[in-house]
Amino acid sequence: MNKAEVITSFIHNIIVFNIPLLYGTVGEIMVEKSGSLNLGVEGTMAVGAIFGYIVGCYANSLGVGILTAFLAGALCGLLFALLTVSLQANQNITGLTLTTFGLGVYFFVGNGVKATGWPVMGDYSSIQNGFADIDIPLLSDIPIIGKGLFSHNLLVYLGIIIAIAAWWYLKHTAPGLRLRSIGENPAAADSVGINVKLMKYLHICLGCGIMGIGGYYMSLNMSGSFNSSCWINGYGWIAVALVIFANWNPALAIIGTFVFGFFNTLRVSGGSLAAAFPEVFGWLAHIPTQLYQALPFIITAIVLVVTSIKNKRGSSGLPAALGLNYYREER
Amino acid sequence: MKKIIALVVAVLTIMTFVGCTTPTENPSKDASDLKVGAIYINSKNDTAGYTFAHHNGIVTAMKALNLNVDTQLFIVDEVPEDKAQVLAAVDTLVGKGVDIIFGISFGYIDAMEEASKTYPEVIFSHGTGYKSNETNFNNYFGRAYQARYLAGIAAGLKSLETGNNNIGYVAAYGTEYAETASGINGFALGVQAVNPNAKLHVKKLGAWADEVNESAFAKELINSFGCGVITQHCDSAQPQIAAQNANVFGCGYNSDMTADAPEAHLTAAIWNWNVYYQTAMEAAIACGTADKFVETMGSSAYYGGLKEGFVDVSPLSKNCAKGTESAISQVKNIIVNGEWDVFSGEKLTITVGEDGTATITKNAADLKDNAGNVIVAAGGASVADGVITGTMNYYVAGVEEV
Repeated sequence: MNKAEVITSFIHNIIVFNIPLLYGTVGEIMVEKSGSLNLGVEGTMAVGAIFGYIVGCYANSLGVGILTAFLAGALCGLLFALLTVSLQANQNITGLTLTTFGLGVYFFVGNGVKATGWPVMGDYSSIQNGFADIDIPLLSDIPIIGKGLFSHNLLVYLGIIIAIAAWWYLKHTAPGLRLRSIGENPAAADSVGINVKLMKYLHICLGCGIMGIGGYYMSLNMSGSFNSSCWINGYGWIAVALVIFANWNPALAIIGTFVFGFFNTLRVSGGSLAAAFPEVFGWLAHIPTQLYQALPFIITAIVLVVTSIKNKRGSSGLPAALGLNYYREER
Repeated sequence: MKKIIALVVAVLTIMTFVGCTTPTENPSKDASDLKVGAIYINSKNDTAGYTFAHHNGIVTAMKALNLNVDTQLFIVDEVPEDKAQVLAAVDTLVGKGVDIIFGISFGYIDAMEEASKTYPEVIFSHGTGYKSNETNFNNYFGRAYQARYLAGIAAGLKSLETGNNNIGYVAAYGTEYAETASGINGFALGVQAVNPNAKLHVKKLGAWADEVNESAFAKELINSFGCGVITQHCDSAQPQIAAQNANVFGCGYNSDMTADAPEAHLTAAIWNWNVYYQTAMEAAIACGTADKFVETMGSSAYYGGLKEGFVDVSPLSKNCAKGTESAISQVKNIIVNGEWDVFSGEKLTITVGEDGTATITKNAADLKDNAGNVIVAAGGASVADGVITGTMNYYVAGVEEV
């Protein structure tokens, strides 16, 4: 067993298996910065996944797939916005409903298509090739980490770009500032002439669209094989927690995703690390599978405890009006 | 119909000897009166996986017996392994007047046992379990390890052809369950019969279904452990698809996965559940009253193998190495005629000649676990069925969990 290759493969795995978390987290940050708490990430990702995959295959185009996944996710967002922004429904309940609804749509559409003939990813060359790893020149030639960090498929790079763009948008643009002000105090934002409803609608749809692309990534990473379990597999819920870990900062979400991914991937790569480095990582082989399975959730719990202790001392990115519906006539 | 009549006659004969205590004016019911109940763990509409395999088996068996699936089959599906919920499902089915209830999931075991006491007039038949009584409650399972052994031969010959001795196994569980351990061991022994240098790397999921990790684990076995053949004990075809994407080969499980990975798949160890369901339904028709079911079946535990056609390997694909067909058919033959079994003190050595014909030689050899302990001494008889289904908690030599 080649030791360098084991490390390269571990780094590579951390990224390919966890990038959907980044999409989910960045999308949710967009939504939460507008003051809306959407717990329907899991369902939104599932809807994006199923429509993105099927339409992308029929069109034999990765681009169409990404766009469809975005639009399908955005439609879920529109539904959420309609219920919570216009109709003032409780955000927690609506979010949970959206998860159930999204998973239902996923299985309904998936089983329906499967009954008439499921598109097999291998038959669609553009999708297959579009999802192949692309080496970044020079950087991918760095020994050990090069292939691990800089040889990935298009959607990995897109996820990083979206995260950085979202950070820049929130931090350095006028609309970003307006959005943050809505999340902090919608009444004050309204009083200075910001269209609160429109901004909320736009950013909920945008954020949910980003989640949808994350779902699409999962479907491609699973080679589009549709079975009785869902592609998303709980990633949406972890994304909700990662938002807190990232302190509502899309750039920190990149780091958060990979720190979290490190522990998540130990379950996959622990065995090879233990075999390649028996002195240093030999103990990894003796950890029971059950602990590996629980690890992501244990880490999530620890993160929540640590951040809430830290946030008591201020400097939190938590939007002050998060989860509260804004009703203009109440002022 | 002949079969049914023969069975009825057989039962009547038995009853003349033992039936003195019970009235026997209507010993067998008409096939068109039989009502079949089934409790499923997943949706009856699944198109692949465990529940699908059982549902398909029940429907196939009913069609073979000319029963009407629309009017004679009652299903409660998506029932979790929770005693109260299983008992509620049983109540529902008994309310519909079913004569026999099949429970397909291991965790239904205690509920099935309790229900068999509450409703002595109904037959309870529990898949993969080990509990039973002498009257209306039996269990059924199959010798999947025999089919695994045959698939192992295909994998072993492929590893000889490619010169890669590393073989990967994505397993739901390892030594925690005899079901998974016996499958892993059967496969390993099949591989070793053709390639004694082969090493089986087992990576366990800790879950019966976890598609995301089934895919990830297969990729890891290929990339980090250099495996050239991937096999699996899990429902989805993810490991086979991963093998195809990495240009290596694989053996599936539960169903023929050639369609999922046409360039990678060799053959799969499969179950023909309809074989049992047909036998059980015939017995349910023939036995007349539920308390005679176990007696009619001949045993409270049905354990079918290659001989009954309950397990088998799917048709060999074009990817198989030369001689696979010949080797598998010869080994299948000696298992079916009872000459030899997998976990015995006799080891098969299979060599394939230039012309593609396999030669099988039997030698007495210790069956050892991977810690070096002797399980069966050279020349000894096969490990008992009860161990294979219930307590096999070791790996044979050459298997390593990673």
